[in-house]
Amino acid sequence: MTEQSPKIELTKKDRLNVMWRSTFLQGSWNYERMQNGGWVYTLIPALKKLYTDEEDRKLALKRHLEFFNTHPYVAAPIVGVTLALEEERANGAPVDDVAIQGVKVGMMGPLAGVGDPVFWFTLRPMLGALGASLALSGNIVGPILFFVLWNAIRIAFLWYTQELGYRAGGEITEDLSGGLLQDITKGASILGMFVLAGLVQRWVNINFAPVISEVQLQPGAFIEWDKLAQGAKGIQEALLQYDAGLSLTSTNVTTLQQNLDSLIPGLAGLLLTFLCMWLLDRDVSPIVIIIGLFVVGVAGHAVGIF
Amino acid sequence: MNMIQVILVVIVAFFAGMEGILDQFQFHQPLVACTLIGLVTGNLEAGIILGGSLQMIALGWANIGAAVAPDVALASVASSIILVLGGQGKEGVSTAIAIAVPLAVAGLFLTMVVRTLAVPVIHMMDKAADEGNFRKVELLQIAALVMQGLRIAIPALLLLFISPEIVRGLLESMPQWVADGMAIGGGMVVAVGYAMVINMMASREVWPFFALGFVVAAISDLTLMGLGAIGVSLAVIYLNLSKMGGSNGGNQVGDPLDDILNDY
Repeated sequence: MTEQSPKIELTKKDRLNVMWRSTFLQGSWNYERMQNGGWVYTLIPALKKLYTDEEDRKLALKRHLEFFNTHPYVAAPIVGVTLALEEERANGAPVDDVAIQGVKVGMMGPLAGVGDPVFWFTLRPMLGALGASLALSGNIVGPILFFVLWNAIRIAFLWYTQELGYRAGGEITEDLSGGLLQDITKGASILGMFVLAGLVQRWVNINFAPVISEVQLQPGAFIEWDKLAQGAKGIQEALLQYDAGLSLTSTNVTTLQQNLDSLIPGLAGLLLTFLCMWLLDRDVSPIVIIIGLFVVGVAGHAVGIF
Repeated sequence: MNMIQVILVVIVAFFAGMEGILDQFQFHQPLVACTLIGLVTGNLEAGIILGGSLQMIALGWANIGAAVAPDVALASVASSIILVLGGQGKEGVSTAIAIAVPLAVAGLFLTMVVRTLAVPVIHMMDKAADEGNFRKVELLQIAALVMQGLRIAIPALLLLFISPEIVRGLLESMPQWVADGMAIGGGMVVAVGYAMVINMMASREVWPFFALGFVVAAISDLTLMGLGAIGVSLAVIYLNLSKMGGSNGGNQVGDPLDDILNDY
């Protein structure tokens, strides 16, 4: 640490390089120190620039190979803060290993708690359902929309929060422990629960086939197909009668499904979702439930329930 | 399938494998992986439909705590390959999914193997750090990532070696009622992913929003965008209102409603 040396600064290009590398944060995810390899890989362009002395470089690499694990996107603000601290240290400020390690550990826990509900439980189900609902009819816009929107939001988030962390430096840790994080988490939970309920209503498909009642209709309440005129005239008559509210068949069939739907459409799917939640709560593996449901589907169809 | 197509499918599988751990670009999500495999094998439309169907099922799949979901990267890639080999086009979507899901469960074992193999890799990084060797640390990181890519690319290649006649014969020998039943099962399996996510977020405070969402979604004119807009508005309103309540709670005279009314 020479007194007179010019201040070493990380340029925007350096910071962009670091952001790009943070894409690979989980690349060497391991059971021992989790994201540590990806973390040091992310910081290497900065460390290279900040430290020219062989010994300083060794220490920097070792310092950043410690345990690290958080949500891969909210690691960005932590990267930003770490860049600021390392920059100060390289320029001679008394920032020791404990301070840097403290910031990393102090931020990774609370931030992971925000990243999971926001990205995995709210944003991805929403964008995924949006894309999938278009894709179900073979529309290429579905996958493209999902891919473009997700990555635009992701890259914007990575860059802006990394810059935020870099500018705020160590001070950000105090801001984050305040109400902001709680608000974001709660807001995501509200939005997530609301949208998930909508997805359950629309996309969990159960169709109960059993017939509850079959009522013979009075003459005049249904279209008597054999009494219609021939050709186009007959079709016109039939359409007019149908428009007037006549039934297409001589019996009125009510299935179990129609009864359930008259309470509220999607009730059966809702009950199935609650059943799954209950099973998961009792530590039944999701895999067992998934395979079980396929079996139930085939067996139920065979005996005529579905 | 010709040689070029096989290579392209393996490349897509490799990307899906890397993304299965990185979780950044989302190449491993069914919407993207199935579409890409459909594209390179000339089954674009069937691939998109498969992607959409499987995405609906996999929406909530995430490994949280003890609950481990099937491996979505392998599910996407395996179901696409089965769909292509089966040659039934969009008719084959639900059977392809039903066959691929058990394979995706087996994929979890591979994930564990690779994450364990990554431990010696970071020990080598420690050594490289002792030498101050940046280049070596970087190469080791890339090597670990390549292992993740191969985790899906190798099973994909093995699946591609199965003769299409065998897959087709297997699918065609399946009675119609089994295929229909699997499609019905696929419609129900969607609930599992949602249940996983709801279990993570549910609290006494946010349950009313679930009820609202369910009832509002029954209005079939409302698009998903519309639902999202209502959801965002509700969240913002709730957060603001709960803050007003908090700041005026104890030490202030009157309540916020009173203040608003007095302004008029």
